[in-house]
Amino acid sequence: MDGHNTGDTFPRLLLHHAAVRGDRPAMREKDLGIWQTWTWAEVAAEVRAMACGLAAQGFRRGMNLAIIGDNRPRLYWAFAAAQSLGGVPVPLYQDAIAQEMVFVLDNAEIEYAIVEDQEQVDKLLETAGAAARLSHIYFDDPRGLRNYSDSRLLALDRLLEIGREYDKAHPGFFEQSVAAGHTDDISVMLYTSGTTGKPKGVCQTHASLLVAARGGRDFDKLVPEDEVLSYLPMAWVGDNLFSYGQAMAAGFTINCPESADTVMIDLREIGPTYYFAPPRVFENLLTQVMIRMEDASRIKQSMFHFFMDVARRVGADILDGKPGVSVLDRLLYRIGDLVIYGPLRNVLGMSRVRVAYTAGAAIGPDLFRFYRSIGINLKQLYGATETCAYVCLQLDGKIKFDSVGTPAPGVEVKIADNGEVLVRSLAMLKGYYKRPDATAESIDAEGYFHTGDAGFFDQDGQLKIIDRAKDVGKLTSGSVFAPNYIENKLKFFQYIKEAVAFGNHRDKVCAFVNIDLGAVGNWAERRGIAYSGYTDLAAKPEVYELVKGCVEEVNAELARDPMVADSQVHRFLILHKELDPDDDELTRTRKVRRGFVGEKYGVLIDALYSDKTSQHIETDVKFEDGRSGKISADVRIADARTFAAGDARKAA
Amino acid sequence: MSAARNIGEVILDLNNISLSFGGVKALTDISFDVREHEIRAIIGPNGAGKSSMLNVINGVYRPQQGTIAFHGEVRRDMDTYQAARNGIARTFQNIALFKGMSVLDNIMTGRNLMMKSNFLEQAIYVGRARREEIAHRQKVEQIIDFLEIQHIRKTPVGRLPYGLQKRVELARALAAEPKLLLLDEPMAGMNVEEKQDMCRFVLDTNDQFGTTIVLIEHDMGVVMDISDRVVVLDYGRKIGDGNPDEIRANPDVISAYLGQAH
Repeated sequence: MDGHNTGDTFPRLLLHHAAVRGDRPAMREKDLGIWQTWTWAEVAAEVRAMACGLAAQGFRRGMNLAIIGDNRPRLYWAFAAAQSLGGVPVPLYQDAIAQEMVFVLDNAEIEYAIVEDQEQVDKLLETAGAAARLSHIYFDDPRGLRNYSDSRLLALDRLLEIGREYDKAHPGFFEQSVAAGHTDDISVMLYTSGTTGKPKGVCQTHASLLVAARGGRDFDKLVPEDEVLSYLPMAWVGDNLFSYGQAMAAGFTINCPESADTVMIDLREIGPTYYFAPPRVFENLLTQVMIRMEDASRIKQSMFHFFMDVARRVGADILDGKPGVSVLDRLLYRIGDLVIYGPLRNVLGMSRVRVAYTAGAAIGPDLFRFYRSIGINLKQLYGATETCAYVCLQLDGKIKFDSVGTPAPGVEVKIADNGEVLVRSLAMLKGYYKRPDATAESIDAEGYFHTGDAGFFDQDGQLKIIDRAKDVGKLTSGSVFAPNYIENKLKFFQYIKEAVAFGNHRDKVCAFVNIDLGAVGNWAERRGIAYSGYTDLAAKPEVYELVKGCVEEVNAELARDPMVADSQVHRFLILHKELDPDDDELTRTRKVRRGFVGEKYGVLIDALYSDKTSQHIETDVKFEDGRSGKISADVRIADARTFAAGDARKAA
Repeated sequence: MSAARNIGEVILDLNNISLSFGGVKALTDISFDVREHEIRAIIGPNGAGKSSMLNVINGVYRPQQGTIAFHGEVRRDMDTYQAARNGIARTFQNIALFKGMSVLDNIMTGRNLMMKSNFLEQAIYVGRARREEIAHRQKVEQIIDFLEIQHIRKTPVGRLPYGLQKRVELARALAAEPKLLLLDEPMAGMNVEEKQDMCRFVLDTNDQFGTTIVLIEHDMGVVMDISDRVVVLDYGRKIGDGNPDEIRANPDVISAYLGQAH
């Protein structure tokens, strides 16, 4: 492993790798069915040509270079090429539509762009009026672009040729440019998604990204022999850290899939040792396995179920190296590994995975445990674009599904009085681009970055993220009330689709529940329970019992943690209609509009906090054809068992 | 659309073609031509003789009367082998792929005509056969890339949804690097999105490789959108021939086909 001072900017690191491990693979891409490899020396040469080409075309220090497309080697080289010249790469989400790109192109004063293909070129040409500065567009894949006559377009191949000529005519230019770079220069600008207001450009320096990359490298002991499959958006901080930053820090190999549709196949061919995916991907993988298992022969099925039971019982403990697993279970797990878990990991393309990460959204405990139980070291990551996704890390052997781990080396985390998580480290943004006001707002005088997330440290010193800080309230008893935390726990049950928890300025927590019509309907069918539709099914006593079981399990879990033990759900009801974006109850991204729901269903909330066991309600609904009507129903209210903080372990 | 595409000389000229099966007259005295690089559509109600027409062009059926001139060479009828040799490839109304074979292998069969090694050499897979296979595989991979079917390369065709099977069939036809491509209802049974994809691939094929395309299609929207010229058949007779606008305005066509509830 290299020391910490061999390179303090990405271009210098690249040259270092080219010198030290020049003939080792730096990148692979599957093209026309065959994996093509570029060594570190070749990558360095290509980056050099691209940088010289950009310089020949007038790209200068301090300019921003837009990069748009799927994960392609040449787009990664564009990062390094821009950085070599002292410019700043600005990756944009490749699936954004033209209008969405306009803001970023304009805000970042983009004149030069390197894009993947015709699709991106079309979008940029479409924005031309709005982003008038854009004067140079280089495209990687010429397909379909033969007949384009726009003078701003140039093939990337041609740019590389121009670069090689320029390099010959200006010997020493590239070396000087790289040498002129400073570790505190901005290395990349990533735009936040902008769910709240306009997107903001987060400026990260070479130093900050490298602190995060090297911290992660040392923590997970990444070595040059590691392999990673890069398929997540390049505009996302995670890809920047995992694929670009850490590859430069550790010198491992980046593999680019053939296309977005082939990721699963490529995964199996490459067999990465280091893997990264949002919970959604892990969930899809599991669903695929389960569906294919249903088609398997009876014998295979029973083997699968038997050994999955063993794994569920002891798999995670064995992975964590915990004591107390019986010899028999160890033996069974060993056999299971031979006949089920090993082949299963192989099918998933995870045979060689040493560390896998999930981030971006909360992951369900069952899902998390499944992967860990079959021997995949899956961990959660918490962080934001502003903190280089480097805040907390989960230590091998101390992994909990509902916490994000202990602060990473070099990171200070503290909890503000209002419960907000504050972070201070070297791996932090220099500022928001052209937004000193926003910078001042999110970084305080002591240098702490305000994440906007609410959380707390549990007894083991692990950070738990519970909600967005602005949603967190207090119960009358004074303890913290984090509605999202409770709702997420409820929603992890397949039977519960949506939940809304109430409790701010109240003496106890109560909740609305929406059942999942598919899952509960299926459950009812298997039990021979007849129902006519959502409203009918939701009112069935059996369904109430089912949901009650879920609520009580959540209560038992909450009781285990003194911080949230008071947030147990005392009473709940199953809503007579599904919450719907058409009725303004949910946002288009399916987040509950808490205030609106609270007002609309005021009578139900009042009933929850009284002794009533049922409440009549009439609601306006909009049908899909635009007509509106009324649904009326008597909604039952049920009590759920709660637990004292002590006896939770028994109950669970 | 593609301004660079130059529609050239007549490459296929059909003169007074008549075809009957016993007493049933499938085609009666039909003449039309196809120019180089154009997209030519054949439309007509069910049983109008569209598929028979394609079968005459690539030699499956032998017309009782008339002549076919392909690249200036006039003959009474086409011979299937000669048709393939001369660069005519086709797809079928009912998909005709090897269901148990992978997508890749199916497309490879489209290259078979160009392989010089004999059956025995191919079976042992040494020397020339091996070199040939590698060269052809490269070409096939380009087509896979072109039609965006990388993700199903190794999947048995039988497991694919209908729309993708159609695309694989197109891929196999393209593997033969045809001069003239005959498509028998390439979009039948597809949903709107699949149809749009297929239209794009047909246009791209025509644009990128300059392939001349003769296609049969039921979807009038598709036909009017992508064809350069349209010939209309009804009960085995030609009732219209011209560009889409002329066809739309042709009263015979309207009464026979467009105007009729279909």
